[in-house]
Amino acid sequence: MRNEIPLEENLNSGHLACPGCGGSLSMRLALKALGKKTYLVLTACCWSIIDGPFPYSAVKLPLMHTAFETAGSASSGVRAALDILGKKDITVMAWAGDGGTFDIGIQALSGAAERNEDFIYSCYDNEAYMNTGIQRSSGTPWGAWTTTTPESKGEQKKKMMEIMAAHRIPYAATLSPAYPEDFIRKYKKAKSIKGTKFMHILSPCPPGWKTSSEQSMKLSRMAVESGVFPLYEVENGTKYTLNYPSADFKIKPINEYVSMQGRFRHLNKEQIKFMQENVTSEWQRLLRKLKYA
Amino acid sequence: MKEVTTGNHAVSYGAMLSRAQVIAAYPITPQTQIVELLSNFCATGKLKAKFIKVESEHSVMAASIGASLAGARAFTATSGQGLALMHEMIHWAANGRLPIVMADVNRSMAPGWSIWTDQNDTLSQRDTGWIQLYCESSQEVTDSIIQGFKIAENVYLPVMVILDAFVLSHTSEVIDLPDIKLVDKYLPPFKPKDKLDLKNPRAFGGLVTPDFNFELKYKMQEAMNKTIPVAKWADREFKRVIGRSYGIIEAYKCEKADTILVTSGTITSTSRYVINQLHAQGKKNVGILKIRMFRPFPAKEVVSVLGKAKKVAVIDRNIGYGVGGIFCQEVKAAFGNEKKHPEFFNFITGIGGRDVTPKDIQGIIDYTETHKKPKEEIVWVGLRK
Ligand SMILES: Cc1ncc(C[n+]2csc(CCOP(=O)(O)OP(=O)(O)O)c2C)c(N)n1
Ligand code: SF4
Repeated sequence: MRNEIPLEENLNSGHLACPGCGGSLSMRLALKALGKKTYLVLTACCWSIIDGPFPYSAVKLPLMHTAFETAGSASSGVRAALDILGKKDITVMAWAGDGGTFDIGIQALSGAAERNEDFIYSCYDNEAYMNTGIQRSSGTPWGAWTTTTPESKGEQKKKMMEIMAAHRIPYAATLSPAYPEDFIRKYKKAKSIKGTKFMHILSPCPPGWKTSSEQSMKLSRMAVESGVFPLYEVENGTKYTLNYPSADFKIKPINEYVSMQGRFRHLNKEQIKFMQENVTSEWQRLLRKLKYA
Repeated sequence: MKEVTTGNHAVSYGAMLSRAQVIAAYPITPQTQIVELLSNFCATGKLKAKFIKVESEHSVMAASIGASLAGARAFTATSGQGLALMHEMIHWAANGRLPIVMADVNRSMAPGWSIWTDQNDTLSQRDTGWIQLYCESSQEVTDSIIQGFKIAENVYLPVMVILDAFVLSHTSEVIDLPDIKLVDKYLPPFKPKDKLDLKNPRAFGGLVTPDFNFELKYKMQEAMNKTIPVAKWADREFKRVIGRSYGIIEAYKCEKADTILVTSGTITSTSRYVINQLHAQGKKNVGILKIRMFRPFPAKEVVSVLGKAKKVAVIDRNIGYGVGGIFCQEVKAAFGNEKKHPEFFNFITGIGGRDVTPKDIQGIIDYTETHKKPKEEIVWVGLRK
């Protein structure tokens, strides 16, 4: 098999992520796929630290740090400047966490998507506010422990992909760093499409998930195979394509995925059963959408 | 070219003549007409700019920041609540050293809802690192936008050009639109020394440790210090190329004055009217100091004019709750280390769009002249009892 992963590195070693950070690996892959002609817009999140303090930067590309809630709007401004200055061949990529995307930044993101601004929006979803020390976000799954849900989170995870698909943007995709070829292909595809592209990446976080560093890729794969985070694409809000697992795959029970993570340790059998029912019914809904959309 | 226009459209013309390249804006009364005319200019090709119809003022400023950092000349306009919503990004623009120009139509802050003027919206942004210019007429508005870019792009600080709601924003007067060729001569294309650049990739706005941040803030103050001479130069150049000038402050009929009114915005015009009448009657002991540039505060210039007076009446269309008028505080502070200072009177008037009439100004003069010292810290003018 031909290796589809570009050798080009646009992320330096020596960045400040924790060992096993899914977010740093995801950035590395995304930048490999997008190449040198890329401007990066980064909002407050773990990545504001990972990139390194002034005067350092782990990224080899022009990078603009901006306020927490402004990935959608600041990128719109950068795009507008590039367009008026005739630099249309530069890709703009916004990069934000689940907090910056699902919560505080959703207004600017929705605004940009409605205007169909030409940029790639990447949400690396580690399912909590990790930068400020593991507080719940609306991307945190039901049942998870965080410092602000000490008992366990009582609300379901917001369905961000559906919200973005409902904007009828040309391209939305879910991605996992454990599937690098799929990951690279999707970024290349996003780069080739004009308009707003939304990339939703599930990014394990050892301190936040209470897992050990070497388990991150295994967890990433399990999230996909158990149907917790299936990999799929939505074009123009209607055309669904499933990548992994395939539609005839019998999704694995979530038990192992859940039991590997300290943040779910307190859950009893009943509660895990409830989680399983949710995952199964969501998976079936996705399959129905594939069939009818 | 002469044009009958409102203060709002004077803003739009200023932005067009400055060849703004990216405009992000969100409507709010009384600023709306500014963005309407600008979107018309963009749609008809009169102005070659990208117009981003963002979904909030917070996003307006974030988009302007993105555009400016990517190398485009960015312009926007807002008012009252919109400016308050931007506040986080207002800091971001200044600390990011981005030469954005923004017009703000002064609007009283809610609650209760008000669309009428006072200066508390912009004055609550005074410590953000933005240069602030308060305008008296529509002509000054157009010219200040153009001058604003000239100043901003030389000191790398953003500029706020400020006009009173309705009194200026919706009032028509004849203005002289400068010829675009002259404006081009005055204001060359924007060539930032730092920007997002593939040839020289760098990160902007990242984490700064205590090892550096202090120095960055020091440099902001250095830029502010540079702003006064740069603004004077920009104004002189404007005179040379386009034929008008304003100064950063204006001393009006102060030669023989022992009482000086300190004004800003349209209250200046009302005061001019009263002073002109007094002078015509031979009463020449009252003059006006109009403060156009409020940030950086031209303390030296203010002291050199007011130092000669016995009494100074500061007219504030704003209030620093618990202290008094904000202009008055700044004027007093300017005299901080001076051995001698005039007696200060602080008048607060015109809040929330309350009309300020020539009679009110005459009342202020009378009060100042008949009292050795003010009876109260704040003298409220036109208050309903
Ligand atoms: C307006 C504002 N509120 C709060 C913060 C503090 N803050 C910085 S990062 C962050 C959480 C980021 O969470 P997320 O987007 O999920 O990214 P992660 O840290 O998990 O990578 C918060 C709350 C901020 N920077 N700005
Ligand atoms: S806290 Fe989590 S998301 Fe943040 S750097 Fe560490 S592993 Fe990555």
